[in-house]
Amino acid sequence: MWKHHARFERHSLWLIIGIIITVSIGGLVEISPLFYLESTIENVKGVRPYTPLEQAGRNIYVREGCYVCHSQMIRPLRDEVERYGHYSLAAESMYDHPFQWGSKRTGPDLARVGGKYSDSWHVDHLTNPRSVVPESNMPPYAFLAKRELDYRAIEKHLASLRGVGVPYTDAQLKNAREDLETQVDAFAGERSGLKTRYGAKVTQRDFDGNPEMLTEMDALVAYLQVLGTMVDFKTYKATDPENLR
Amino acid sequence: MTQAAVSRDDAPLNALVLFTFTGVAALLAILATAFSPDPAFRFHGWVMIGAFVTAFMVMAVGLANGRFKDEPTRYHDGVVRAGVIATMFWAIAGLAAGGLVAAQLSWPNIFYFPQFPELNFGRLRPLHTSAVIFAFGGNALIATSFYVVQRTSKARLFGGAWPWFVFWGYQLFIVLAATGYVAGITQGREYAEPEWYVDLWLTIVWVAYLLVFLGTIWKRKEPHIYVANWFYLAFIVTIAILHLVNNAALPVGLLETKSYSAFAGVQDALTQWWYGHNAVGFFLTAGFLAMMYYFVPKRVERPVYSYRLSIVHFWSLIFIYIWAGPHHLHYTALPQWAQTLGMTFSVMLWMPSWGGMINGLMTLSGAWDKLRTDPVVRMMVVAIAFYGMSTFEGPLMSIRAVNALSHYTDWTIGHVHSGALGWVGFISFGAIYCLVPWLWKKDRLYSNTLVEWHFWIATTGILLYIAAMWVSGIMEGLMWREYTPQGYLANAFVETVAAKHIENVIRTLGGVMYLAGAVIMSYNLWRTIRMPSSATADLSAPAPNPLLAAAE
Repeated sequence: MWKHHARFERHSLWLIIGIIITVSIGGLVEISPLFYLESTIENVKGVRPYTPLEQAGRNIYVREGCYVCHSQMIRPLRDEVERYGHYSLAAESMYDHPFQWGSKRTGPDLARVGGKYSDSWHVDHLTNPRSVVPESNMPPYAFLAKRELDYRAIEKHLASLRGVGVPYTDAQLKNAREDLETQVDAFAGERSGLKTRYGAKVTQRDFDGNPEMLTEMDALVAYLQVLGTMVDFKTYKATDPENLR
Repeated sequence: MTQAAVSRDDAPLNALVLFTFTGVAALLAILATAFSPDPAFRFHGWVMIGAFVTAFMVMAVGLANGRFKDEPTRYHDGVVRAGVIATMFWAIAGLAAGGLVAAQLSWPNIFYFPQFPELNFGRLRPLHTSAVIFAFGGNALIATSFYVVQRTSKARLFGGAWPWFVFWGYQLFIVLAATGYVAGITQGREYAEPEWYVDLWLTIVWVAYLLVFLGTIWKRKEPHIYVANWFYLAFIVTIAILHLVNNAALPVGLLETKSYSAFAGVQDALTQWWYGHNAVGFFLTAGFLAMMYYFVPKRVERPVYSYRLSIVHFWSLIFIYIWAGPHHLHYTALPQWAQTLGMTFSVMLWMPSWGGMINGLMTLSGAWDKLRTDPVVRMMVVAIAFYGMSTFEGPLMSIRAVNALSHYTDWTIGHVHSGALGWVGFISFGAIYCLVPWLWKKDRLYSNTLVEWHFWIATTGILLYIAAMWVSGIMEGLMWREYTPQGYLANAFVETVAAKHIENVIRTLGGVMYLAGAVIMSYNLWRTIRMPSSATADLSAPAPNPLLAAAE
């Protein structure tokens, strides 16, 4: 048997083919079923694509490397469910490009931080974390409130997301810029284009407390406030056979 | 090449192709920078213009002066020497960044600069991890692989000037990645943060690397491909596959930095951790095992312990490693069958890992005395011991019940660092301590005493680091799940943050000690390079070293 191995040791092409086959098997068996097994993602109501402002906020979340210290994945363990809320479903991140589940909790999980704190708490906390949580070792993000949000290419961003599978409609693409500006307008009303396109639950308000400017703080707080609030858990039965995975 | 060939007419074809390539790249970079509406893209455009224009001009001068001649009778060691220097440079940069981020966690009021978002933890931590893994580790791998493949094939590096392209192209990748993190250009995928155009650049460099390596093997004058080269080849090929799949993304525009990952949510998570864990398996393990399989036998002048074990070790390691990724996603929304597969293969992975450790350690059979007499051997043996320890700890942590406690905590950080500082760092340092006298034609290092100092300071630093992280990781894991007798959660999250302060300080100290060791090493290597070459060493050697040794 050992002398047959000489084939790999004497011919680099055999060696390379051997390596490629050997290292391909595991990935193919583990990853590819996730794309066609229907049970991979739960069937729940409420999860929608992010509004343009929320997506812009998410991009700031990614840019600042928040995932380095904050997870967005609540595990089905007693203490986590009591601390953070219902355990995370796969459906809740099905429009997340890239996923931000994280791998480390230097700070707490953020999967359901939406609605837990007021906008002004978030602004204070991001500006100087130790002003509201003295023991915190989080970096300060005061600059977010002073920087205008750059959304010159927001339509292209949504189009690109649609290209990788997020079901944005033509109307959502076409009105991306207007929808983004509407969301920070507290007086836009219940019949705004944003609400008709993204649902009545979408919040419209001035997130950073500074109506003069559309800042990066507006976008990031809008994103944080929607985290974990989309799924209607009345429609999700954990013990249904189709949800046992 | 004839001796008289100094005119530019017979400049080798490979150099002319490279020359054209740098020219075209410079032109494209200028055009892209001129027309991009994205300020971040323009910033990187300027970096690329600087790099390509410099390369173009250096090559123009070189070609005009008749450089880039192929010398088929000699080994190509210039690029290896450059790689050794780059390895030490990036080691110190990456370790210093690590010291800074550790200090930020310990003393947030001192080490954050509210006016500089560029220096926040969220941007510097990816800088630290990429600098040590890809800049320090990557340069160590490229440099040693170029050295080893030439010696074990008895052939000069293939590709003429292209090994230099691999070297400088890789440095450009590092600079683009690092400046990108600081400027906030990131994909937000751990250990794969560089954006799409930087990924494309790395792909070009990596293909060139593969061709140079493979071309040298094709030219070999030995019938067999040496075992170290199997590991290097598995590392190069697999990293290419991982890189291409995990970085699949759709850019917002051809002149925009931002792109969106091709996958979402749960599929994206498993793709990322399939990549992430095999960056450990193939970048930080297979490549460095190749170092072990060359430098340990060479240094102790003994053959590899078991030929058959190395065959079993090689194929089982690369087969099993690929499956282990899902253990990063225990108890998440990833379907449980995938988690269980990941856990099973992670536990199985213990065996090939220890097979490799045994093969490395037992190579010292009959030469164990060198552990006492040669601090470089000791460093490599301790590296293998750390490899054994962290490849035992890894399977342990991949068990779901253990992972429920350890996941999201500092324990993971401690585990990574016992592997990175203990195994990857020490085996690289050992290899470089071997390489520098060989490459610069010295008969010894400047000072073995300084190697001793490096070894003991760094080892103590690692122990402080991992012990602090074990304590803080297990402590915070237990505090998160602690209940009062009345059935309420006992601790607010921030209480666990406050409780870790002293461990964070000890960790910072351990990391800075490890950095100090690398600084001592750099000084020692610099003095070694400045020593007279071996031809004259007999005359001058007695002067500095015995005196120094006696003084200490």
